[in-house]
Amino acid sequence: MSGAADEAAAIGGPARTARVAAAEQAAGRRRWAIIVLRVLVGVGFIWLWHHASGNWVDTMLISSPEAVGLRLWHWTLDGTLWSNLSVTLYATAWGFAIGCVIGFSLGLLFGRYTLVAEVFDPYITAIYSIPKIALAPLFIIWFGIGIESKVAVSAAIVFFVIFLNTYTGVREVNPLYVNVTRIMGGSEADVLRHVIVPSAASWVITGLKVSVPYALVGTVIGEFMSSNRGIGFLINQATGLFNIASVYAGIIVLAVVGAVINTALKHIEAHVLRWQR
Amino acid sequence: MTASIAISAVRKSYVSRGREILALDRVDLDIAEGEFVAFVGPSGCGKSTLMNMIAGILSTEEGRITHEGKPVNGINRNVGYMTQQDAVLPWRTVAENVALPLRFHGMGAAARAARVTEMLAAVGLEGFGRSFPAELSGGMRKRVALAQLLAYEPRTLLMDEPFGALDAQLKLVMQEQLLAIWRARRQTVVFVTHDLAEAVTLAQRVVVFSGRPGRIKQIETVALPEERDVFRVRFLPEFEVAYTRLWEALAPEIQRGAAA
Repeated sequence: MSGAADEAAAIGGPARTARVAAAEQAAGRRRWAIIVLRVLVGVGFIWLWHHASGNWVDTMLISSPEAVGLRLWHWTLDGTLWSNLSVTLYATAWGFAIGCVIGFSLGLLFGRYTLVAEVFDPYITAIYSIPKIALAPLFIIWFGIGIESKVAVSAAIVFFVIFLNTYTGVREVNPLYVNVTRIMGGSEADVLRHVIVPSAASWVITGLKVSVPYALVGTVIGEFMSSNRGIGFLINQATGLFNIASVYAGIIVLAVVGAVINTALKHIEAHVLRWQR
Repeated sequence: MTASIAISAVRKSYVSRGREILALDRVDLDIAEGEFVAFVGPSGCGKSTLMNMIAGILSTEEGRITHEGKPVNGINRNVGYMTQQDAVLPWRTVAENVALPLRFHGMGAAARAARVTEMLAAVGLEGFGRSFPAELSGGMRKRVALAQLLAYEPRTLLMDEPFGALDAQLKLVMQEQLLAIWRARRQTVVFVTHDLAEAVTLAQRVVVFSGRPGRIKQIETVALPEERDVFRVRFLPEFEVAYTRLWEALAPEIQRGAAA
């Protein structure tokens, strides 16, 4: 059969020639080169920062890597880092979870029932247009200055991203898959489970990736406005005291947290969407 | 023989941009149990529309369709359905795809696994159970769809240009496989195609549809034996007779469509 060779190639036949080994070696070298270059860029940046501070730019503005590193070290030792970071992470996680669950459920509902979507469309658009940060003072009035108001701000931001992505994902489902699944004997629940949700997954995961930094933003903004704990509180307090090293230390902590969460999501995405090539 | 599918006085029109387009008009047809029938016609003649009405994806506007004695009303779960477009779920592995209809029909996990292995062997895909569809060639994906279709043993198969996207050789291989399966299990088959040679090669009866509005123009019984060799059947005199007569009915319709 003429297709046999193509088919063997399509699934990765057993032919491991010297050419394959060479290609893999080249790819491996490239990966290492990239890691080394990344480290160099980071070291170069810190070096530049070190030289700029006090020489070209006032230390009051950009602090210095030594001062910031020392501050982070002290925060770690005296427990300041963890006691504040845990509060921020806790609020972010809850905001993210609540926003996701409500956004995903409503997105499914709207995606499946066109009439509902059409009726609510202008209202959704109007609410979507509000910068969610403008709701933060309202949430503080409703929920107080405790963690609940931070959860509410980040949930409100996350909700919209997940809702709109889920809605679009559900609308994009190929009707052929739905019909074929029904003809094969699938119930509505089967269609939801085997067709709609997996089909919408790539949209939902894109939404998740976008909304994690937003959840963090929501929490930190809530902490800026009124709080007595959290990384946002640390940064805000340090700003008031002109403690520039602490401001930078707080920002770096947020950057690291965001990067770690995003990396985790990338791995989850690779697993859930492993069928895409 | 009893009728598996009875189509009587079926009419279907669409409203599009303020105009009514008549897709099918006054269609009557009985398809016997175990019969292999092909629908041919110019594009837009409503042959796929009629098939989708038998599947219950579309509703009839006038007239009625009964399948196995029951009027078709909503999705028809007593048929197997296969289209040109790939309908195997890309996010499920080959084995999961083939097992899906079995699961829907309440078969237990162990029986399901055994059946999947058996079906994959039947279409020559042993060892590919854990692959995702995107890792397979187009021809292999068609065979997955076929294995899935046959796994739950529907008594009626509705196929809409299932091999349309395949190259000529692969198409013959798939036709051979389909005929072997049909001879062994005797399902009722409705096979929509625009390829007249494919229709004559496979079917016992070929139904020619006229261009819009789609009506049945001619029904030709193919005088070829059921034991056919798809690679050689085209050189037999009976093939030529059927092909010529069908072409004479079909050609003016295609020209009419090309001129419009």
